[in-house]
Amino acid sequence: MSPSFYLILAALLFAIGVIGVLVRRNAIVVFMCIELMLNSVNLTLVTFARVNGSLSGQVMAFFVMVVAAAEVVVGLAIIMSIFRTRRSASVDDSNLLKY
Amino acid sequence: MGNVIAASGVASTAWLLLALPAFGALVLLVGGRRTDGWGHLLGCATIVLAFAWGLVQFLHATGLPAAQRVRNLHLFTWIPVNALQVDFGLRLDPLSLTFVLLITGVGGLIHIYSIGYMSHDRDRRRFFAYLNLFVASMLLLVLGNGFVTLYLGWEGVGLASYLLIGWYSDRPSAATAAKKAFIMNRVGDVGLALAIFILFAKLHTTQYTQVFAQAHTLSGGTLTAVALLLLLGACGKSGQFPLQSWLPDAMEGPTPVSALIHAATMVTAGVYLVARANPIYDLTSSGRLLVVVIGAITLLLGAIIGCAYDDIKKVLAYSTVSQIGYMMLAVGLGPFGYALGILHLLSHGFFKAGLFLGAGSVMHAMDDETDMRRFGGLFGRMPITAVTFGLGYLAIIGFPFLSGFYSKDAIIDAAFAEGGWRGWVFGLTAAIAAGLTAFYMTRLVIMTFFGPARWRDLKTADGRDYHPHEAPAVMTVPMIILAIGSVGAGAYLSIGDRLANWLAPSLGVLRKAEHGSLATTWVTVLTLALAAIGVIVAILVIGRRAVPVRRPEPVAWPVRAARADLYGNALNETLVARPGQWLTGALVFSDRRGVDGLVNGIAKAFGGSSGRLRRLQTGFVRSYALSMLGGSILLIAALLLVRFSG
Amino acid sequence: MLAHAALLLAANPAHPPGYIYPAETISFWILGPLSLLGALGMLFSRNAVHSALWLVLTMLSLGMMYMVQQAPFLGFVQIIVYTGAIMMLFLFVLMMVGRDASDSVVEVLRGQRFWAGVLGVGLAGLIVGIVARALATVTTANLAGPNGTNGGNVSQIGRSLFTTFLFPFELTSALLITAAVGAMVLAYTGRGAKGAKRTQRELVVARFRGEHDRPSPLPGPGVFATGNSVATPALLPDGSIAPESLSEIIEATPVEEFREDLAEVAGTNEQPDAHALVEGTQSEEEIRS
Repeated sequence: MSPSFYLILAALLFAIGVIGVLVRRNAIVVFMCIELMLNSVNLTLVTFARVNGSLSGQVMAFFVMVVAAAEVVVGLAIIMSIFRTRRSASVDDSNLLKY
Repeated sequence: MGNVIAASGVASTAWLLLALPAFGALVLLVGGRRTDGWGHLLGCATIVLAFAWGLVQFLHATGLPAAQRVRNLHLFTWIPVNALQVDFGLRLDPLSLTFVLLITGVGGLIHIYSIGYMSHDRDRRRFFAYLNLFVASMLLLVLGNGFVTLYLGWEGVGLASYLLIGWYSDRPSAATAAKKAFIMNRVGDVGLALAIFILFAKLHTTQYTQVFAQAHTLSGGTLTAVALLLLLGACGKSGQFPLQSWLPDAMEGPTPVSALIHAATMVTAGVYLVARANPIYDLTSSGRLLVVVIGAITLLLGAIIGCAYDDIKKVLAYSTVSQIGYMMLAVGLGPFGYALGILHLLSHGFFKAGLFLGAGSVMHAMDDETDMRRFGGLFGRMPITAVTFGLGYLAIIGFPFLSGFYSKDAIIDAAFAEGGWRGWVFGLTAAIAAGLTAFYMTRLVIMTFFGPARWRDLKTADGRDYHPHEAPAVMTVPMIILAIGSVGAGAYLSIGDRLANWLAPSLGVLRKAEHGSLATTWVTVLTLALAAIGVIVAILVIGRRAVPVRRPEPVAWPVRAARADLYGNALNETLVARPGQWLTGALVFSDRRGVDGLVNGIAKAFGGSSGRLRRLQTGFVRSYALSMLGGSILLIAALLLVRFSG
Repeated sequence: MLAHAALLLAANPAHPPGYIYPAETISFWILGPLSLLGALGMLFSRNAVHSALWLVLTMLSLGMMYMVQQAPFLGFVQIIVYTGAIMMLFLFVLMMVGRDASDSVVEVLRGQRFWAGVLGVGLAGLIVGIVARALATVTTANLAGPNGTNGGNVSQIGRSLFTTFLFPFELTSALLITAAVGAMVLAYTGRGAKGAKRTQRELVVARFRGEHDRPSPLPGPGVFATGNSVATPALLPDGSIAPESLSEIIEATPVEEFREDLAEVAGTNEQPDAHALVEGTQSEEEIRS
């Protein structure tokens, strides 16, 4: 057991988040996957803080949480307004910007 | 060749000669409908004034000693571009003044005649504007003191002739004839332009004075090339073989235009060009020989074709072609013939203008009918026309002591005087053509003025009876004046070599060969005999039989060939038009497939690949995210490779 | 509790700096699989609400792991803010907009799933490879020092935030305000705007103009003797079920449960005998005559 186990776990969670973003079509679920990726990054930050013996990593993780909160608020508002006009929360339905 | 001196005194106002008709044309064209009421009067007044002013210049020049008769009037520097310095100025010498008098004199008479002839035309004012433009261009052509000014007038004449030949622009045939004249003139113009280019390239000047002074420094090949190219230009403008076929077609224009083009102005430009460039032609005997050959071919060609046509204007047109051929032959003889060519040009100017105006008068009387087979017996109906026409006819066939007798016989004599085979060939050609001229002109006169009145049983094109009548005075007076000129001009000008001496400062002294192929007396006898044979044959063949109203078909092959203009059009078609069209087609093909193919191919390749690449932009966010992920992984992998492989 | 224990354990001077206590190992091997399970559950749930709940599991596990890794403040923030606030916000929005938009099974983009899987696994492999190579020889410093002085973890983070990271901190405040305003702008539908509530009259007109599929309102659920819940279908005059009367997202009550009610409505059930008190059986004609 070493701290790198946490990092490996974070990598796996991140990859799962990536796959989720790519395969899920519900915009809210896509958002959740993004949250998962952010969380896995937080886990690495915390682990690195511990490995380096410095609290800066934890402060970074804190900032990430703040940014994630802001992003969720705005993102969900966007999803809602799209849903209001298009009656759909699927990312595949918003495909007007194309050839 | 006398020295060229600067013009002064009366001569310094010679620019008025140009300015008057140009002013008339400008006012009539710019003024538009406001000038309809008096436009024709202005047009005539400017020409008559120009004639009067030309007469003043002429009298002034005759008062000068022979050495001072060649004068140069510098007006302004036209094209000052580095090495190319073109002065706009006038060359006042006996040759140009002679032409000025011919152009403004005959042109003025035709102007006056046109008042009556065109009185029913709604656009008479515009017609006079074009006529004035024509005269102004022609004056610039003969008065210009350099090849570039000559070229300007040359093109101006081409433009005006295009406008006038295509006057009845609602007739497809007129439009086609105008285009044909314009394009065939272009062929000649290219030759003229090239000649000017060569002169500029070799001598660095295009002014007559310098060019003629330095002409002897040119190599023989250059001289011959310039002479041939000038000849090409002259052929185009004067309707000489092989560019003769536009001239008969130009009869589509109103008859005064035909008279103006054929008698006084346009077709004489070629003769003028060769005569004007006499210092160049003096230096190249091969160039002169070709001029003579062209002249001989053309005069025979015109005379043969003239025998076959039934259209009065066409016959006169080919008669013109033939007579211009005489002039070209004359000027091609060099110092022996320059003055004779001009002499024939002047006398021809009188009798041919008279003949055309007479033909116009007949057409005027016969409802614009031109088919001689529908005429006949018009002598009693229109005596003035018949008499003036008859005098012109006698002049052209060389009746003793009329104009043609002096001018044409002198040319035939000079041709025989060449000596050797040339003398026999050219002399006999010219003499035989004189006989043919007598034949077709007699045929024309008999069919028009004598015999039964065939028009009594016929209807006009719109179904009315013919009512031939004499033309109004405004038309007959010019005809009478021209008839007087036809009778007297030749004798007046040639007795004592009056014209030749007058022209000597411009063309050099007229030389006379002593030892010709045939003595002058015998030449005169031969020519008169041939002409008499032509007249008698015509009387026997045409006068003694009834003339069928319909053209007889089929006919023997010589007539067929002559009716087909001796295949001149077919020749042009085969030698020039077909290869030209083929070349154009090939160029278009190579342009479409080659150049455009390359360009379009590149464009299509980009367009096609873009169209396919475009499909990558599906609009699906997840696709984009996937490609982003692929790119990120590639980056990370590359980074790792570099980081851990080193 | 766990975090406190970890702190206590980390402070023990008997062990070298990089020492990892068995308790942490045990907790990792419990929490790690749990978080993975939550992530995979989120990935594979077809229902978005289930996805959100699976994600809550992962986040809770991660919060615990923060505490184990000597970051107690972050651990609590993770649980309270993330799990408590943000995920609730997600659920809230889901209930408003996305609850009936469960993903269809068919993937419309060709090769999307395959390549997403391949690339995702490749990414994981790459990162794991990096971590394994990079951290093979690193000794863990641990946070015993920073966490043990000056009032511990929370005070130390606070000190960092308001000294070293003051400027970024102020920037985040600006970011949050912007986000709040932005969310209001995006989510607000003004009075009189298109989304404003329409009067009943306007709705009727709109219906008859063809703005909706049908001119009439949807039928209400069925009301029967044995049941009147929203899951009960209404019946059409011919006795068949009116599908519009059921909500798509609610599991409808099976028809079998209403067989008797249906029979009663249709008149095919056992009818009470009207002549039970009359002696014998008479035909209709007999009674009439």
